[in-house]
Amino acid sequence: MNIHEYQAKQLLAKFGVNVPVGDISYKTHEAETVAKWLDEDVMVIKAQIHAGGRGKAGGVKVVKSVKDAVEEADKMFGMTLVTPQTGPEGKEVRRVYIEAGCDIADELYFCILVDRETGGNTVIASTEGGMDIEEVAEKTPEKIFKVRLNPGIDLQPHHARKITYNLGLKGKTGRIAQKNIMAIYRTFCEFDAAMLEINPLVVTGSGDIIVVDCKMAFDENALYRQREVEEMRDDDEIDPLELEAARHDLNYVKLDGNIGLMVNGAGLSMATMDIVKHYGGAAANFMDVAGAATPDRVAAAFKLIYSDPGVKGILLNIFGGMMRCNDIAEGLVAAAKEVGLSKPLVVRLEGTNVEMGREILKNSGLPIQPVESMDEAAKKIVEAVKESA
Amino acid sequence: MAVLITRESKIICQGFTGAQGTFHSEKAIEAKTNMVGGVTPDKGGTEHLGLPVFNTVAEAKEATGANASGIFVPPPFAADAILEAVEAELELVVCITDGIPTRDMQRVKREMNGSKTRLVGPNCPGVFTPGIGKIGIIPAYIGLEGKIGIVSRSGTLSYETLVQTTRTGLGQTTVIGIGGDPVNGTNYLDSLELFLDDPETEGIIMIGEIGGTAEIEAADFIKSWKSVKKPVAAFIAGAAAPPGRRMGHAGAIVSSGAETADAKKEALKNAGVEVAETIVTIGEAMINALKG
Repeated sequence: MNIHEYQAKQLLAKFGVNVPVGDISYKTHEAETVAKWLDEDVMVIKAQIHAGGRGKAGGVKVVKSVKDAVEEADKMFGMTLVTPQTGPEGKEVRRVYIEAGCDIADELYFCILVDRETGGNTVIASTEGGMDIEEVAEKTPEKIFKVRLNPGIDLQPHHARKITYNLGLKGKTGRIAQKNIMAIYRTFCEFDAAMLEINPLVVTGSGDIIVVDCKMAFDENALYRQREVEEMRDDDEIDPLELEAARHDLNYVKLDGNIGLMVNGAGLSMATMDIVKHYGGAAANFMDVAGAATPDRVAAAFKLIYSDPGVKGILLNIFGGMMRCNDIAEGLVAAAKEVGLSKPLVVRLEGTNVEMGREILKNSGLPIQPVESMDEAAKKIVEAVKESA
Repeated sequence: MAVLITRESKIICQGFTGAQGTFHSEKAIEAKTNMVGGVTPDKGGTEHLGLPVFNTVAEAKEATGANASGIFVPPPFAADAILEAVEAELELVVCITDGIPTRDMQRVKREMNGSKTRLVGPNCPGVFTPGIGKIGIIPAYIGLEGKIGIVSRSGTLSYETLVQTTRTGLGQTTVIGIGGDPVNGTNYLDSLELFLDDPETEGIIMIGEIGGTAEIEAADFIKSWKSVKKPVAAFIAGAAAPPGRRMGHAGAIVSSGAETADAKKEALKNAGVEVAETIVTIGEAMINALKG
């Protein structure tokens, strides 16, 4: 789960990380209140969306008066920002953050993430802040410094010192940076974050350290114990179909094709997308009906995929281990009857209680095309969708 | 011989009396698995599925001589269940539970440093040795005693691979589902080593996916094999996945060049591995690899 920049800054501030003073607004008159309260010589107006690259898209403006602040904020509300991370459809701005500007002497990069290779957390820092870090990693890898922590071992003061030395920070600035780095790491751990990226981390003209932009993503598995983070969830930032899926605990990602997929297991879901593509089709979605599905959840999943107007045919590919085929069949039949099935539906069922499941499908009286193998299933749905087009 | 689950295995289930623990223990017993009991706190002294229930893993081990455990407890309590089994010094702990917080697993990993216990999972389908038994949720009827070792991050793709190696008559020695979480126990390298050392395993199938670099490391390891080597076939899921989108497993995120399906396939091919283009041809790929 992702949160907005201003929310990430709120979490960082709780542990004493230095962030600019600011506040959020949902309407122009609120923006005016914030700007008047701040009343700084330089203020920054920032559109809050869950995507990077806002600056170039016009989502960040520097202003020098309350009047200009209100004007820029007013323009931003309702604007659709298109950045390399939003996709071509862009994202609508519903929240605008206004904060005090700062005197930037140098821009650094700082990030913490869970490292799959080591199983521990890895801290990444670079002197090249304010730029696309992937580009820095590619062109000047020597400017990227990493501290890889062993699993379960937290960042120690000697790590923080090493990082600041590598960033070329000296004296008082170095000590302030160390204190901030320890506090940032603590924020990452206390809130069960999966990724925390600060770009840029700014060194001010007076030698202070301040977080100017921050992104945070969280471990979904830990949200049950992170109430405060859970409450920061912004449903407006999520595709409506994906949101509906999340309500039923389904793992769903909307894609560009026209074949709706309903599969169990992330691996099999990806392999099903792959084989559909192999036979010349394209998936309309990734859907993992994960874990132990009840007939109700299967029905919800089917209705969700069916409701997508881009879907011209549906392929159900289930290999039940944890899931039982009879539960799947029951949920599927109920949902298909409810929607009055008019799109081609190919079903491949295998696994625990498979005979019971196949029996339920056979006795349903619905035009379901049952197949025995995944290969056949993919061929059949690609053909069926081509014919109906 | 097989690996991990052998004729010497005495298996308990943690979370034995819960819905999942009960269902899958029943299935394991049907598959002739040598289950000797189970653990559910506060239910010690009772009986379940004709087997004794214990309050703690240590008690279960003492009374039954158990050396392996399958964990079916809910995510908030699963890390604790793993650590309890580690402290009781079981040889093998297989954690099926999906949804354990990463930070909890990092703590488990630290605690397991230097321990003799082998952890498989979490968020995995388990381990299955056809003809001997299973821990976890892999349907036993799709297996066949045979000569192929299978290691997979994905549960359902391990089932597809089982079906194909059964239909082609190759059969399996052992199937290891290592799970898709960012922090887990046994990995590809460990599994490849086990299969390499197992005299009954004649060929190995490795099923990977996009995200992370574990498959690349496995390819490097296979490339380093000198006098002792075995034919390997592989499939990598996620070639059609758009970059940067999360596809279910926390692991399956494409974020750098080395983590794409193409990069992994290339690395495996360079290591002499027979790479299947779709999952439905993995059985065929194994046959080709065995022919040399």
